[in-house]
Amino acid sequence: MAAPAQTRSRSPHLKRLEAESIFIMREVAAEFANPVMLYSIGKDSSVMLHLAMKAFYPAKPPFPLLHVDTTWKFREMITFREENVKRLGLKLIVHINEDGVRAGINPFDSGSSVHTQVMKTEGLKQALDKYGFDAAFGGARRDEEKSRAKERIFSFRTAAHGWDPKNQRPELWNLFNARIKKGESIRVFPLSNWTELDIWEYILAEGIPIVPLYFAAKRPVVERDGALIMRDDERMKLLPGEKVEERLVRFRTLGCYPLTGAIESPATTLEEIVAEMFTARTSERQGRVIDHDENASMEKKKREGYF
Amino acid sequence: MRPDELRTYLAKQHGKSLLRFLTCGSVDDGKSTLIGRLLHDTKVIFEDQLKTLEKDSRKHGTTGENIDFALLLDGLEAERQQGITIDVAYRFFATEKRKFIVADTPGHEQYTRNMATGASNSDLAIILLDARKGVLTQTRRHAYICALLGIRHVVLAVNKLDLGDAEAKDVFEAWDEQFRAFASKLGFASIVSIPMSALRGDNVIAQSQVFDWYRGPTLLAHLETVDIESDRRARSFRMPVQWVNRPNLDFRGFAGTIASGLVRAGDPVVVASSGRTSVVSRIVTMDGDLAEAGAGDAVTLTLKDEVDISRGDVLAPPNARPEVADQFAAHLLWMAEEELLPGRQYLIKIGTKTVPASVTELKHKVDVNSLEHLAAKTLQLNEVGFCNFSTTAPFAFDPYGESREGGGFIVIDRFTNGTVGAGMIEFGLRRATNVHLQAIDVNKSARASMKGQKPVILWFTGLSGSGKSTIANIVERKLHDLRHHTYILDGDNVRHGLNRDLGFTDANRVENIRRVAEAAKLFVDAGMIVLVSFISPFRSERRTARELVEAGEFLEVFIDTPIEVCMTRDPKGLYKRAKAGEIKNFTGIDSPYEVPEKPEIHVRTVDITPEDAADQIVARLRSAGVIP
Repeated sequence: MAAPAQTRSRSPHLKRLEAESIFIMREVAAEFANPVMLYSIGKDSSVMLHLAMKAFYPAKPPFPLLHVDTTWKFREMITFREENVKRLGLKLIVHINEDGVRAGINPFDSGSSVHTQVMKTEGLKQALDKYGFDAAFGGARRDEEKSRAKERIFSFRTAAHGWDPKNQRPELWNLFNARIKKGESIRVFPLSNWTELDIWEYILAEGIPIVPLYFAAKRPVVERDGALIMRDDERMKLLPGEKVEERLVRFRTLGCYPLTGAIESPATTLEEIVAEMFTARTSERQGRVIDHDENASMEKKKREGYF
Repeated sequence: MRPDELRTYLAKQHGKSLLRFLTCGSVDDGKSTLIGRLLHDTKVIFEDQLKTLEKDSRKHGTTGENIDFALLLDGLEAERQQGITIDVAYRFFATEKRKFIVADTPGHEQYTRNMATGASNSDLAIILLDARKGVLTQTRRHAYICALLGIRHVVLAVNKLDLGDAEAKDVFEAWDEQFRAFASKLGFASIVSIPMSALRGDNVIAQSQVFDWYRGPTLLAHLETVDIESDRRARSFRMPVQWVNRPNLDFRGFAGTIASGLVRAGDPVVVASSGRTSVVSRIVTMDGDLAEAGAGDAVTLTLKDEVDISRGDVLAPPNARPEVADQFAAHLLWMAEEELLPGRQYLIKIGTKTVPASVTELKHKVDVNSLEHLAAKTLQLNEVGFCNFSTTAPFAFDPYGESREGGGFIVIDRFTNGTVGAGMIEFGLRRATNVHLQAIDVNKSARASMKGQKPVILWFTGLSGSGKSTIANIVERKLHDLRHHTYILDGDNVRHGLNRDLGFTDANRVENIRRVAEAAKLFVDAGMIVLVSFISPFRSERRTARELVEAGEFLEVFIDTPIEVCMTRDPKGLYKRAKAGEIKNFTGIDSPYEVPEKPEIHVRTVDITPEDAADQIVARLRSAGVIP
């Protein structure tokens, strides 16, 4: 049954957010020589990509997409990535940190911290340097995490990709300072002012395709350290006492499958997912193993070049 | 939540407005605690975040057994270590009535620029004040910066009012009065003072039982209902062009976010800086063409005509254009450690335009305590001054008081690329208000200098058949080849239009020449080299023409060809008909030709070609300084 018209249209609030994001993207396209959009395949990336299609319509977005593949993403994410890029007719660059692969870095033996540092952060820096990108869009939101809440929409990075949170450029009105020297770059966050709920309401209103992992299904999961980890392939070795169970689960965020906890949920439609959001009493990042590794870990990672 | 409840919820979202506000005030007045309280009590904080917060509070907290909400907002390591807010944090919450974006800004003077960042996009400011300390310099500084950045609504939150009942009321009223005395000079539309304890939650969301003498609204009740008049759609249409969209040869769209007003397909628009006009043909979006779009909408416009438009241009209605100038006066908040250097070239970014600019004069700086104007040679970090700016090219703007989008600009250091200042344009300097930019009258010499020539009348006189028109035509072609602006007035284009009511009587000949001379004078005023080619047999008429213009602007060119030669040439057979009596009053036959006594240029045509004659004339023009 079709939802009533009003749930399928953008509220004034969503329209305002949409227009703000489009403005940011156009500024980047106009002011930078070689921008790129980080595409992480998740719901925020899907919204960001949808907004980019809108910003430059009827032209295609004047920049490629970049996926830093840690080789540990859910298989369904990679399938979705290929389909989505083909459907939209966009250019996608996939970068894998081959040094890390050769060194045998993986989330189980190396630990989440080293895995993320090498495969994500270093991989990202390699890709940005290799192609000489001077601006990179990321889908991070300020409501995700408290150091994100402090970050500018145009976030300056040194030639070594470092973030200096104590010395950010003042960002008044909608006047973004895009001036950089050679080698420096700007990370741009067009979804800064969106909340998780805004993202879901917008996906619902616009009918944006998302990875099926967000919808509840019977999936093989292992309970480990209080998180439900989906065993997506044979690389995940079972520890003594662990067993794989088929449970009705879905994901609130997506990343490397060994580092992403599932939640038990019966929500199989967008409406049900959004409805579930209202009763959620935990944050979406709780399912992420990496944030809890150490105090102020996000800020530390960002200083080192993480998105 | 069930699906039907969800639909009700989503339908409700359509009616919710947004309020952007900031919290400011001096250090330790409780800004972060207040926002933490708002977020906590509106149930934005998730359980896992609360658990972390409780853990952190025990470790770093400064509030004893209570949750230290500041730790929820002070997201940077340095902030938690030093126990202060350094940079602005943006948080989001919503109630049944409204959505809110709150900017938690630092209290230290050192970080005023981050406070200004938060204020630039806010509609309302909550200025906190520690009841035990009262109105401090930072309270006044923040109130002033809020006013400067165009915030119209202020809440004075008298916090930490943890005193006995009677005393609390007195203290509250004293600070309220003191603040209002200062703020009355700042022109706020509304000031609401609320007694509060952010830590305990008194009057934040729930009406306080402690301050039972207070009859006003709680903070949240006020935030939910305060009327933030938005007239952005009612103002004139403005769209700074961000990006020219050219996916193929058939489509040329101008992408931008409408800063103010409305635009409809079919509306006339003007490019503010060039004055070129056209008509909006389509308002393109991925969701389909729109009939109308308004302030805040991100759209792509196509126009009916091929008009040269690029990033930084502003589209506006032809009857309500923004100002265009290369000099303006503005308030400037300096935000860099390195002081402002008047005369140094910086970049300013306004709308989508970036242009080199320098401060030509620092009129004064402002004392934030007294709002007095002080003489100054420079501005230090966090100081506010009033300056004249000069840019290398004219650009379009509206005064900041009318439009934040149209009059707010940032100053960028050309060497460090840092954002070093924030400015608010008060007015353009185009009139005699500034000695450096005298209003340039568009006059004869201005027009002529644009053409690179001296305007003159070349008055060709001579008998019929003397070769006047032939030579004048060659001269015009030669001048044209030299890229000069010329025009010929002769019998062919004047007799058939302007003077078609005139015959060939003496009286008519006189009137004919008078009109031609007047027309020639207008061309001279337009800066042109005008070539007049008429027999003009009478000295008095030629003198009349000469006297219409300034000395040196009338060059009499006597095409001296004996009448016998003219009669032999007789290209139109006129002499033959005149001699046969078919034409009356023919010059040289039955009407006199008065030979010029002192022509500026005397061309004897008998032994030379018309081409040679023309060369002689052009050479004389050069020696007379008419052309370079």
